[in-house]
Amino acid sequence: MRFERRADVSVPALLVAPLAAVLVSLALCAGLILAAGVSPLTAYAEMLRGAYGSRLAVTETFTRASPLILTGLAAAVAFRARLWNIGGEGQLYMGALVTAGLGHSMMSGLPAPLAVALLMTASMAAGAALLAGPALLRLRFGVDEVVTTLLMNFIVILFVGLMVEGPLKDPMAFGWPQSVPVAAGLRLPDLVPRSRLHVGLVVALLAVAVVWVVQMRTVFGAESRAAGLNPRAAAFAGVPMGRTLMLVACLSGGLAGLAGSIEVLGPTGYVTTNLSPGFGYAGIVVAMLAALHPVGVVGAAVFVATVFVGADAMSRATGVPSFIADVIMSVSLLSMLTALLFTTYRVRR
Amino acid sequence: MTQPVLELNRITKHFGGLMANDDVTLHLNQGEILALLGENGAGKTTLMNILFGHYTADAGEVMVSGRALPPGMPRAAIAAGVGMVHQHFTLAANLSVLENITIGSEPLWRPDSRRAEARAGIAGIARTFGLPVNPDARVGDLSVGERQRVEIVKALYRKARILILDEPTAVLARPEAEQLFATLRGMTAGGLSIIFISHKLHEVMAASDRVVVLRGGKVVAERRTASTNPAELAELMVGRQVVRPRRTAHATGKPVLEARGLTVIDAGKRGLDAADFTVCEGEILGIVGVSGNGQASLGRVLSGLARPLSGTLTLQGRDITRLAPRDLVRLGIGRIPEDRHAEGVVGDLPVWENAVLERLRTPVFSYRGFVRRAEARAYAARLIDRFDIRGAGPETRTRLLSGGNMQKLILGRNLAAQPGFLLANQPTRGLDEGAIAAVHAELLAARDQGAAILLISEDLEEAAALSDRIQAIVKGRLSQPVPADRADARTLGLMMAGVWEVRDAV
Repeated sequence: MRFERRADVSVPALLVAPLAAVLVSLALCAGLILAAGVSPLTAYAEMLRGAYGSRLAVTETFTRASPLILTGLAAAVAFRARLWNIGGEGQLYMGALVTAGLGHSMMSGLPAPLAVALLMTASMAAGAALLAGPALLRLRFGVDEVVTTLLMNFIVILFVGLMVEGPLKDPMAFGWPQSVPVAAGLRLPDLVPRSRLHVGLVVALLAVAVVWVVQMRTVFGAESRAAGLNPRAAAFAGVPMGRTLMLVACLSGGLAGLAGSIEVLGPTGYVTTNLSPGFGYAGIVVAMLAALHPVGVVGAAVFVATVFVGADAMSRATGVPSFIADVIMSVSLLSMLTALLFTTYRVRR
Repeated sequence: MTQPVLELNRITKHFGGLMANDDVTLHLNQGEILALLGENGAGKTTLMNILFGHYTADAGEVMVSGRALPPGMPRAAIAAGVGMVHQHFTLAANLSVLENITIGSEPLWRPDSRRAEARAGIAGIARTFGLPVNPDARVGDLSVGERQRVEIVKALYRKARILILDEPTAVLARPEAEQLFATLRGMTAGGLSIIFISHKLHEVMAASDRVVVLRGGKVVAERRTASTNPAELAELMVGRQVVRPRRTAHATGKPVLEARGLTVIDAGKRGLDAADFTVCEGEILGIVGVSGNGQASLGRVLSGLARPLSGTLTLQGRDITRLAPRDLVRLGIGRIPEDRHAEGVVGDLPVWENAVLERLRTPVFSYRGFVRRAEARAYAARLIDRFDIRGAGPETRTRLLSGGNMQKLILGRNLAAQPGFLLANQPTRGLDEGAIAAVHAELLAARDQGAAILLISEDLEEAAALSDRIQAIVKGRLSQPVPADRADARTLGLMMAGVWEVRDAV
């Protein structure tokens, strides 16, 4: 058996690949569910019911999808330009911390929409700054950003721990390590009454539109795509490689920071060290399932959110541990990578 | 009559709608050098890949010494004594020659590697066939010619009796190529049979016993080399008469680009050493030399990718020594890179984006940071039309273009802006005759309209046919220019060997 490169990657293949990857991962995980003594069909049915079976379930799923769309976008824009940002988790926490810290009392006196916009901007700046360091290190000294951005995640989460135990600790939280809350007037309004679904979803979808326009229509987008696809040719054509990389880093870090901001402004109201159940890392899966396309990110984020929200309900109903969600997500990433291989290569006997 | 060592019977292979090989039948005799001649895309490499088992033919069979090879199994081909030396070498640069040769030929479960045996085997091959290699050298430190020798030894080490060389001289300078052919002769005397693939007529004439010409996937002719001539072969290969254009004498104008004492350090080495040259209006200045003598550094500095350590570069009196690529483009400098796949185009982007990538930030192609897509597409369509870029529309992925058409795209986006100065770095490397003629015609037309052109070439015929003056580059140093009418093959050969320096010293 051998792999032969295809002359061209067809567009339908790129659309089919993620669907196939998802189906294959569900089929593979069916084996694990069987091993837990439950019929996979029952389990998946419970999962679907858990994610979409009631109004509350649907809103939960989309609440979960909102930050995933943003962290998925963050990974997708970075990966397109061959900047391997694994630090979405840390950038998200930094954004969350900035929103909580500034939003507690400093914005009083400003009209709420302006204050919220300022908070989001500040969080994006914080996320961008966090990725700018590793990007600069790579440009100047060739330091591998996979390592630096990954390790930064741990530093940032420990820093968040320090802040919520110290300067930003909420005195009214009965000793729980959580930050001061953002002012009540600054919380994002709900999209659906009596649910946790908030305007953050709209913010995330707006971000998708903006990223799409930037990538597909602007000079910067064209240059960053060229730089990602063939750095030597881009440099030869005069694309300012350093500046392009830094701008991509700021965009990517900013999107992850924004994810943290909407989590605080939306469902939680404050920061803890378990604010994110791995949104930053899941964003990498989302980006890959979306084949790095900004619009595809929406579908991929909804899929991942479905699995996570649904798995909790399934676990309650059938007794299959909810860790199955992590397994499904991981296997779908591997399946997607395999599927992408088949879009570029054909198998020959 | 003795049985042929190799027979290909009615091989047919298509990729999608493209007929790569159409009912190809040929044979190879014991101790013979057979040249497989054809333009790029004629199906030569596909045919050899079928023979070696990389591809499976749709129909037809491969017979080695009268026995059919199972299709699609390189291992079977190796076992039957077929060895292949690819155009792009398959060596690991970080391993030694010995390791590269033995790798894959020893069973994985054997705990030790039998180096002494291997060493003796390699020494034996070196002696028998006149292929000296140092088994302990690191492949990354070897020259291209030496690496190729390692590839050949590797094939012979696996007991190859039939050797296939895919465009063996594509990466070699002329003296290395001549040495290779002498070696191949010696090898046939030792009982080997050889097929080499080429699109260069003079090599085929110099090195083969018999020629099979492929065109459009079909065998169009077979000739004994002794009873044919380059003109006939050229016509058979291209299917029509192709004449490369030659320069006609004409007056040149005032200096456009001047370099004085240009010194460039590249990768720690002195790539260019105090180089002086002047290119005038309506002139082509040829820079000839054996590959690896500083051409890359010269190309990089003129493309704005390398900053010289010292010296100046002026364009119409204006200092451009330290300008970036985009500034150079803005000042009307055109640049054709040495490696069109690696530097010339972004293969996965459509033709229109590659057509405008250098000029994206000019008002013609963008407005307030947004790409003017309609204008860019229309521009690409005009380039395709004007420069006869075949098999492409503005939306075609650039990777799908053939080498010649890709080069026409690069040439087109440079010439459409009517550059005052054009750098043409190896503009026809790897192209077929038809495309070479087209590129040459465009370069000459640009020169006749007043462009100053610096042509860097390893192909002496090309340099002599196009250049008004010629300088040789040797170890980063440039010779004095010689007018084209005084540049015969002997003079150029001496210049490329660096002999002018000796004369200077006397």
